[in-house]
Amino acid sequence: MIGAAWNLLLGFAWVVLTGDFSGRNLLAGLLFGYLVLALMQPQVPALAGHAQRLPRLILFIGFFLKELVLANLKVAFDIITPPWYMKPGVIAMPLKASNEFEIAFVANLISLTPGTLTLDVSDDRRVLYIHAMFLDDEDELRRGLAELERRALELFH
Amino acid sequence: MIELIKGGLILVGAIFMFLAALGLVRMPDLLTRMHATTKAATLGATLIMLAVALHFGEVAVVARAFGVILFIMMTAPVAAHVIGRAGYFVGSRLWSGTVKDELRPNYDPLTHELKSGLETQENAKRHPRDTDPD
Repeated sequence: MIGAAWNLLLGFAWVVLTGDFSGRNLLAGLLFGYLVLALMQPQVPALAGHAQRLPRLILFIGFFLKELVLANLKVAFDIITPPWYMKPGVIAMPLKASNEFEIAFVANLISLTPGTLTLDVSDDRRVLYIHAMFLDDEDELRRGLAELERRALELFH
Repeated sequence: MIELIKGGLILVGAIFMFLAALGLVRMPDLLTRMHATTKAATLGATLIMLAVALHFGEVAVVARAFGVILFIMMTAPVAAHVIGRAGYFVGSRLWSGTVKDELRPNYDPLTHELKSGLETQENAKRHPRDTDPD
């Protein structure tokens, strides 16, 4: 996170020093700041993992959008066809996320993908209770949720 | 070309919103209704805002359109979670086709305590100590 703050600071410094206060110049400043930080990264322990975060974030957004559209189509198909293909149920998912922010982030992502809805987190913060619409293949679903959680948590490390 | 893309985005977005409304009527219980409405409506609103961004193509409008998308994506799941959770704990009945419920046995309606279900496994693994009461 400290890397992102430095990146922003370097971007503003670029804007002030070049004297061109446009959005495009700020974008250029942020890009140069990002490159400088990527070069400095091996020498400064506090910046560890900064340069890897942006590609990871872009990959994650792509992955998430793909899941979002695919799962939406699945739910939409069940809505428009008369018989119910769904097998809903509540499952308990063990969490790897440790602090409150990470749990909230993962729970929101799970709620956002159609077919899964976060109901509650246990009092000891170790299990997330999820209402899922398609429990035909429970192991597959659990694997998908674990994959989503792993990718989401990678963004913070 | 860009007209076609815009038209397609608006059409698909409207279809998803229609499906959300249809799901609200057709779905058998509260939780499945929440599934249908929140997600399909989120995707529909996202697609329509993308079309708006494409149509105007100005920085101010595009930034606002992406702001709308971001805030819908941040708030919709929270609302769905809160409504679903409240409905579940108030005792709204699940659909007869529900295959399993791993929450109910771990919830104590008197104390409102929600266990994780991992305690019993750990207790089973724990070795008895001399200080334990018999």
